Amino acid sequence: MEIPYTIAARPDTGLYNAKLGIWLFLASEVMLFGGLFSAYVLLRVGAEPGLWPHGWLNVTLGTVNTLLLALSAITTLLAWAACKVREFGKFKFFHGCTILLALTFLGIKSYEYRDKLIHYEIAIGSGKYAGKFADGHLVEKSADFDLVKKTGTVTLHGRYVDDRTELMDLRATPAEKPDEITIAAADIKKMENYGPKHNTFTAIYFTLTGLHALHIFGGTLVIFYFWAFGGAMWKTDPERFTNRIEVSGLFWHFVDLVWIFLFPVLYLT
Amino acid sequence: MSESEKPVSLQSYIRLCAVVFVVVLCTTSAMIATSFSHIGEGWTLKVALILAIAVVNAFLVAGYLMHLLSEKKLIYTVLAFTVVFFIGLMGLTVWATNGFPPGTASH
Repeated sequence: MEIPYTIAARPDTGLYNAKLGIWLFLASEVMLFGGLFSAYVLLRVGAEPGLWPHGWLNVTLGTVNTLLLALSAITTLLAWAACKVREFGKFKFFHGCTILLALTFLGIKSYEYRDKLIHYEIAIGSGKYAGKFADGHLVEKSADFDLVKKTGTVTLHGRYVDDRTELMDLRATPAEKPDEITIAAADIKKMENYGPKHNTFTAIYFTLTGLHALHIFGGTLVIFYFWAFGGAMWKTDPERFTNRIEVSGLFWHFVDLVWIFLFPVLYLT
Repeated sequence: MSESEKPVSLQSYIRLCAVVFVVVLCTTSAMIATSFSHIGEGWTLKVALILAIAVVNAFLVAGYLMHLLSEKKLIYTVLAFTVVFFIGLMGLTVWATNGFPPGTASH
C-alpha cells in the first residue's frame, strides 16, 4: 500500500502530510516547554528576596553550547539544501557535522551536570566552624566516611561562609579563592550536592535542560539514522528522502529555538 | 510557493547561513554584555532587554532557517493558535504571581 502525500502536496492543505504533522507536533512542544517556562517564572517570582541564585552556571560553556547549536542548525539546513540540488556527498558531510556538533553539545552538558553533582553545600553543626556553611567541589571522601555513623572525613575544594545567602548571588559577591578544606563527618549537620533537590533553581534547571537534552539526543538518533541508512531511499526515492530531511530539520531548528531562550533565562539572568 | 518548493542554490544558502551565524554571534554577545552590565537597578530591565534580544535571535532561526517567512497559510494558522494558547498560559502565570490566597504566601 502506498502512503499518500509523502511527496506531493495535499490539495486541501497545500502541504505534504509529514510537514503538516511536524508543525502540529512542534505546536504541542511549544506548550510542553511553555508549561515549564511558566513554572520557572512562578518559582523565580515566588522566591524569597535574595534567595534566587545568580552566577551559578558557567556562562562560557553556555555560550559555546549556544554557538554549537546555532552551527548545527545551519549544517542541518545545508544538508537539506544539498539534497535539493541532488548532492548526496555534501548531504553526508553536512549531516555528519550536525551529529558531531550535537554530540559535543551533549558532552559539554554532561560536564556541567557532573560539576553540579560533585558540588556540595555542608551545614556545620559542631566544631571550630559550628554554625557556618562549607561550599565547594568534592575532592575526596575518606574510606570510612559515613554520615549516619559520623565517621571519617570529607575534603572539598571550596570555602566557608557565615550565611547561606552569601552563596546565592555569585555575580554580586564573587567567591574568594577556594582552598582545600577537610570536615569531619561528626561535625556535619547536613550535606547536600547541587542536584535537582538542592533548591527550586536547580530543580527547574535540571528539568528544563534535561528535557531539552533528551530532545537533542532523540533528534541526533533520527539524524544519525538518515545519515547512516538513508542511502537506500536516496537511490529509489530522493524527493521523499529530501522531505524527510526537511521534517527532521524543522525539529532540530525547534530544539535550537528552545535553547535560544534557555540560555539567557538560566545562565544570564 | 513555500520555500521548500522553490529551486535551491547551495551557494545562496551558504551565504544566508553565514549571515545568520554572524548575527547570532552578535546577538549572543549582546545578551552577555547586557547581563554583565550595570543597567537599571536589579534584574527587571536587564531581563527584559536580554529576552528582547533572544526574540530577535529566535526570529532569525524561525524566519530564515525554518523558512517561516515564506510558508503556507495553514502553518500560520496552526502557529496563530499556538501563540494564543501560549499567551494564555503565560497570562495565567503572571496573574497567579499576584494572587496568593491569604496566608499562603511565604513572604
